[in-house]
Amino acid sequence: MTPIEASAGYADPHRVGYGGMSDSRRHVSEHAARGPESKRIIVGFGFWIFLLSDIVMFSAFFSSYAVLSGNTAGGPSGKDLFNLRNVAIETACLLLSSFTCGIASVGARAHNGLIYYSGLAVTFVFGAAFLILEVHEFTGLIAQGAGPTRSAFLTAFFTLVGCHGLHVTLGLLWLLTMMAQVFAKGYRADILRRVLCFSLFWHALDIIWVALFTVVYLMGAGQ
Amino acid sequence: MSDMERPVRLDPSDTAPGDERADGREIVQGIVGYLVGLGIATLITAVAFFISGTTLVWGPSIPIALFVLAIAQMGVHLVFFLHITAGPDNVNNVLALAFGVLIVLLLIAGSLWIMNHLNQNMIPMERIMQMQR
Repeated sequence: MTPIEASAGYADPHRVGYGGMSDSRRHVSEHAARGPESKRIIVGFGFWIFLLSDIVMFSAFFSSYAVLSGNTAGGPSGKDLFNLRNVAIETACLLLSSFTCGIASVGARAHNGLIYYSGLAVTFVFGAAFLILEVHEFTGLIAQGAGPTRSAFLTAFFTLVGCHGLHVTLGLLWLLTMMAQVFAKGYRADILRRVLCFSLFWHALDIIWVALFTVVYLMGAGQ
Repeated sequence: MSDMERPVRLDPSDTAPGDERADGREIVQGIVGYLVGLGIATLITAVAFFISGTTLVWGPSIPIALFVLAIAQMGVHLVFFLHITAGPDNVNNVLALAFGVLIVLLLIAGSLWIMNHLNQNMIPMERIMQMQR
């Protein structure tokens, strides 16, 4: 066994890299003969597993919100509180930031600093704008007496939407870290894998926001 | 031993979620892919926001339409942004996604089903308050 094979085997103890094992596809990928997949693909797969578990956690918050959304305890309901114009701007911010994050990942793979840094900078601006709008909405709700302690509906609302906002906050910190790391260390293979994980994380946040604005805001305001 | 010693594999059939080809000449191709995704996602989002406030369609159908649009948009994000496709190297990713979707569906549908029944069987809150006095 060569050192390369040994290190790859260590990185892939459960042989997840072996994609096409069935006879029908072996002629397409021929992975069984070629050995384990590249580290980039295995890292992407591992991070994808993490993202799916994060989505499962969000689904628990979603189901508690769905169960509790009618329990307003005589307080305001979603129809009274939600400002759909604000939500539309938030949605546009997050969708555009997801797009520019994809552009930045194209730039990273091409080792193009202009595309990479400007893409991530615009992503940061849109992400920060989203967060500011959300914090503004939250402080407004609390100021009018509709804080998380008002009713079960509002507790579930602040937990679900706040958890997503927390993810966006952490994502922004991660974004700055990735800009700094590429700046300091260049387009090394391990740095590029981190950029890949970050872009997956950011896109996954946008997917959760799609479920969120549909279930919480659009359905809540339409009731 | 580090990955820097290993040659970067440029086989176009090797794809991870979020993966693009390392070839610099394909910047345009990558950007076009994201533009297409952005266009479709924007369209679906606009339709969803329009439908939620309109009186043009039959009221009870609106939540179902919103639900369908959300599922469609998540699919668009998965394909165009996360690059989860039916390619030969994506089998593990798709299988993991399928398992995740199963768990999410079980969790949400199961919670709603059980809690609805509990709500129906529960004593009204005023009665509980009276019993505690």
